[in-house]
Amino acid sequence: MVGRAVAAAALVLALAACGEGFGGGPVPQQTGPATLQVLISSSGAAETRAVTDAAQRYAAASGDTVTVIPAQDIEQQLGQALAGSAPPDVFYVDAARFADYASVGALEPYAQGLPAAGDFYPALREAFTYDGRFYCAPKDFATLALQVNEQLWARAGLGAADVPRDWAGLREVAARIRDAGIVPLVLDSTFDRIGAFMLQAGGWPVSADGKSATADSPQNLQALEYVQGLLRDGLARYPQQVDTGWAGEAFGRGMTAMTIEGNWIRGALAADYPAIGYTVHELPAGPAGPGTLSFTTCWGVSARSRFKEQAVRFVQAMTTADAQLAFARAYGVMPSIVSAREAYLREFPADAPFLAGADHARGPVNAPRMDRVISDFDSQLQRLAVADPAALLRRLQRNTTAALAR
Amino acid sequence: MSATGQAASRRRSRGVRGNETVAGWLFVAPMIAILGLFLLLPIGMALWVSLTGWDGQGSPFAAGVPFVGAANYTSLFLQEGLTREQFMISIRNNLYYVAVAVPAQTLLALGLALVVDQRWLRGRTFFRTAYYFPSVTSSVAISVVFLFLFANSGAVNALLAFLGIDGPAWFADPRGLVHLVLGGLGLADPDHPPAALADHGLFGLSWWEWLAGPSVAMTTIIMLVVWTTAGTFMLIFLAALQDVPPQLDEAALVDGATAWQRLRHVTLPMLRPALFLVVTLGLIGTWQVFDQIYVMSQGDPAGTTLTPAYLSYRTAFTDFEYGTGAAISFVLFLIIVTMTLLQRWIMRDRDVPAPRRRWWQVWRRSRS
Repeated sequence: MVGRAVAAAALVLALAACGEGFGGGPVPQQTGPATLQVLISSSGAAETRAVTDAAQRYAAASGDTVTVIPAQDIEQQLGQALAGSAPPDVFYVDAARFADYASVGALEPYAQGLPAAGDFYPALREAFTYDGRFYCAPKDFATLALQVNEQLWARAGLGAADVPRDWAGLREVAARIRDAGIVPLVLDSTFDRIGAFMLQAGGWPVSADGKSATADSPQNLQALEYVQGLLRDGLARYPQQVDTGWAGEAFGRGMTAMTIEGNWIRGALAADYPAIGYTVHELPAGPAGPGTLSFTTCWGVSARSRFKEQAVRFVQAMTTADAQLAFARAYGVMPSIVSAREAYLREFPADAPFLAGADHARGPVNAPRMDRVISDFDSQLQRLAVADPAALLRRLQRNTTAALAR
Repeated sequence: MSATGQAASRRRSRGVRGNETVAGWLFVAPMIAILGLFLLLPIGMALWVSLTGWDGQGSPFAAGVPFVGAANYTSLFLQEGLTREQFMISIRNNLYYVAVAVPAQTLLALGLALVVDQRWLRGRTFFRTAYYFPSVTSSVAISVVFLFLFANSGAVNALLAFLGIDGPAWFADPRGLVHLVLGGLGLADPDHPPAALADHGLFGLSWWEWLAGPSVAMTTIIMLVVWTTAGTFMLIFLAALQDVPPQLDEAALVDGATAWQRLRHVTLPMLRPALFLVVTLGLIGTWQVFDQIYVMSQGDPAGTTLTPAYLSYRTAFTDFEYGTGAAISFVLFLIIVTMTLLQRWIMRDRDVPAPRRRWWQVWRRSRS
């Protein structure tokens, strides 16, 4: 009886395995007008509207049909679509997850063949390069910078010349602000902020080629010890310690003189705390020079799309200077191409410190299976004030080595 | 009827009912096909996936998919690394979750059922509806409401502040309750745990971590689940209560049993099948907790609300390790089966083979 059931199950499995449209192999390409599915993970209604409008204009001009689908949970929706061999033709790929998608062959490496491939910022090209191939065109980007609350700054007796330029300067002004009874700096407790200090010290969790773990280097230790010193001496605090959800909220509510956030803080402050007066500056440089983190998304083209050529044309239209400047106006991101730099600065002169970061920015750790390693590191960083930095880095080194080895 | 007559009738009935076997199979065939197609087949496919290194691209049955044997299972138990650590943390979290939620929801449901079953209670229908209401509301909607209630400056903390208590940052607080109690009593310092516990462990997790207890964040989820499920279980108890013949209660009353004795020795034994059902459903439901975790915490803070069901989903769909994700779900399945069998064994009718002595016999004897 059991044996028969097993045999029946095996037969059904074999039948399913033989089914059409279930297997691998190259996907036949179709020419002519295409129906493109575009899956986006929108930051909000403004982005959804801007991308949908741009896509409709492109569709009207090109004769293709373009459907923009805002995802509820893009990782899950993409995971399901890829497993079912029916992925959307074009989709957003976050730089932090890029290597995962590239390593399993879900992405078409079309970007190196683009005429404008050299126009993207080198740091962004690197963020979307896997195994030496530039896979997908960066959509836009944001970088971290230092925000200063003008009112609290003046109350601590500081002037424009006191904005810190290096680590020593940051400690010094932070001490003066603390002595004036103000919280000097609120910093999110994640690798996405503290990683900037590692970069400024000359360290990083993985080697430049993304093949080996370099987490327990003396440079990384120096960075963590510096941040730990800030936390222990009351010069910096995590948002949870001042009872806020994120650093931007603490800054907006006037609870701290400084914070380190990206371009998105502009929109958040304008929406929730329009009264606050603040200035933006480049991050203080570390022992190894300036460094900041970039956050970016690319237009991924599915390796299993039937309309790759048309999809690439769509992406080209979305990454022109005009299209990117329109996106920048709509939802506050920076164009990913060097040739749009001047035009962007003319329109948004106050964003110069963010854009300047592009020259020495590094994207998220570009290696597959690093997502949960980094989120484990994030949960360790929450205890940085009381933990042993060397032990945190040993743990990161062990997990990174295991993730890269597989 | 004589023995030969019986045999004859049996022989005859087989002749007459021979066709019924075919008809019977025909009648259940649609159900078998549906169960097979939507239940057995996917389970078989998942079992196959759990033995492979499939990365979620194309078909798991294609030629290029590596077969890895039991490697996905051993990585959960035997190989040191993040996979095993997260899995063990999720098992620990869920153990505490089950240990607190199942007794709590069973007792609450029983208590509610006993109250709304009282004839003297005015507006019983209203209370029954009110208690059942959380069960018919979408768990996602309730989760979102709880997020607001337990926010740092939410209603719960405002109430606590009114009472002069400084409430915790509920969903951001990863500290375990057992650690908090030990620290509060001065028995152990959570920042410097005793070496005897911190340096030894099981499956890569130190005893100190195993003994953490549910975190503050997990406690809020437990409260939510107890509140939402108690209504359904109350209904089951209520149905069983209404099956208890009133004569039994009255007989006990005539014999002079107190209210507590009647509850303990008459009502509760009659509720035994319902209790078994409620505990079984509770065990299965709590081991499978997913939607509240997905909506409210996504495993945070510091992995203290990670559960095997959510970890399985995350491992498969965001880490692209479908094999490990499927392996986790099969281990979870085995845990649920084991737990249910264990509970069946514990709650079995122990005194069935022995001549049963009724409570009133015992009671009379003790008086005489």
